[in-house]
Amino acid sequence: MSNKKHFKLTVNGEEQEFLAEPRELLIHTLRERLRQTGPHIGCETSHCGACTVTMNGKSVKACTVFVAQADGADITTIEGLGNPDNLHVLQESFKEHHGLQCGFCTPGMITRASKLLEENPTPTEEEVRFGMAGNICRCTGYQNIVKSILAAASEMNAAKEAAE
Amino acid sequence: MIPAAFEYYRPKDMAGVLSVLEEHGDDARVVAGGHSLIPMMKLRMAEVPHLIDLQDVAGLTGISIDAGRIRIGAMTTQHEIINHAGLTDAAPIMREASLQIADPQVRYMGTVGGNVANGDPGNDMPGLMQCLDATFILVGPDGERSVAARDFYEAAYMTDRADDEVLTAVEFAAPNAGYAYEKQKRKIGDYATAAAAVLITKEGGACASASIAMTNLSDTPVYSADAGAALVGSSLDDASMKAAVDAMLGDIDPTEDNRGPVEFKRHAASVILRRAIENAWDRA
Repeated sequence: MSNKKHFKLTVNGEEQEFLAEPRELLIHTLRERLRQTGPHIGCETSHCGACTVTMNGKSVKACTVFVAQADGADITTIEGLGNPDNLHVLQESFKEHHGLQCGFCTPGMITRASKLLEENPTPTEEEVRFGMAGNICRCTGYQNIVKSILAAASEMNAAKEAAE
Repeated sequence: MIPAAFEYYRPKDMAGVLSVLEEHGDDARVVAGGHSLIPMMKLRMAEVPHLIDLQDVAGLTGISIDAGRIRIGAMTTQHEIINHAGLTDAAPIMREASLQIADPQVRYMGTVGGNVANGDPGNDMPGLMQCLDATFILVGPDGERSVAARDFYEAAYMTDRADDEVLTAVEFAAPNAGYAYEKQKRKIGDYATAAAAVLITKEGGACASASIAMTNLSDTPVYSADAGAALVGSSLDDASMKAAVDAMLGDIDPTEDNRGPVEFKRHAASVILRRAIENAWDRA
C-alpha cells in the first residue's frame, strides 16, 4: 500500500523533507531515514525510554509517535546535544561518574536528563529519580546515573554563575 | 510493531473532525496524545483506517477557573495539569493524581480527554472525575451535550460517547475539601492494582460529606455512594471506616490478572481506600 505523504521535520537544527507513510514510527524515521542512530529501540512498547528524544520542548518516546504526528516538529536527539569532540556536560558527567555500563539506555537517559535539568536546574536526588522514571537501565542500578545527573546540574549551575 | 496503514487527517477545527467521523463512522477515530491508542494499533489490537489527529484543532486546550468552576480542555496534558499553579490551588487532587499516571515522557503527551474518553478501566482520570462529580462535554453532528462522569462509563472501552462524537472538555466545581488520590502499582508506568480518589469535608469535627471512587477494580471506574455515606456524620472511628471499606468492597468487581488474584485485589483496595480516607481527613 502506498499512501506516502510529504513530511517536514527539523532534526538537530536541520530541516528534513521526505515522503513517508503516515504510520511510520518517528524512531524509525530518525534511525533509518535520517541516520540519527543515537536514540535506540529498546522495547518498542513505550516502556523503556531508550528512544527518548525532545520534540517541541517535550521529552517523548519516539516509538510511540507516528511521523505524521511529528510533521512540522522541532526534534533534538542525542546527536544534537554533543559530539565526540565537544561532549555535552551530561555526557562528560556520565563518563566521569560511570553513569553507564553497556550504554544502550544512555542516549535516552541523557536526552531526558537534559530536559529535566532545563525545567528544574537544581533538582534533589528524589526529583532526579522521579523525573527519570520513564527510562529503564538494566545494568547500573541507577545509582551512578543519578550521581551523574546531579553532578552535571552542579556543574551547569556553577558555569552559569561564573558567567554572570 | 508496525500498525496497519491508515489515512491521516489533521484538521484545524471541529467541523473538519466531525466531517471525517460522519463520513467513515467507526472506521475513524480521533487521537490526542496517542499513548493508549498507538500501542494498541502497533499490536494490531486496534485497527483505525482513518486517524484524525486533534493536535491542531482550535479550542481544545487550556485550563480556566471561573467563580469556582473549573474547565479543562480535552487536549490539556498531564504535564500541564501538574504545572498549573491555579489548578493546583483550586483542585490539588488533580496534581496529586496526575503525578501518579505513567511516567514523565507519557505525561507530556497524555491528555485528560484521551484518559477519560478511552474507557480503559486502568486509566486514573475516570475514577477521579467521578469522585469530583465532573461533567464531560461532548460535541457531535447535533451540537454540544454534557453527560455526568458518573453516568458515562458502561463497560471496558464502552462509554456513552457515540462514534460520531468528540469529548472536548471536562468541567467540575472546585472541591473545597480534604483530598487524596492513592494508587498501588507494581512499578512506575503500570496501571493501578487498586487506586482510590477521596474528597472529604468536615464540620465541627465530623465528616459532613464524602465522595469516593475506585480505579481498575471493575470493568468501569466505581463511584461508591454507599462508601461515602458510611463516613458522613462520623468522626472516622473504626466502625465507620470499616463500614466505608465494606461498602466499597460491595461495589467493586475485580478480576484476576497479572496484578494478582481477586482476593489480593480486594485486600489492596481496602488498604488503599483506608489510606486515602485518612489522608483526605487530615487535609479536610
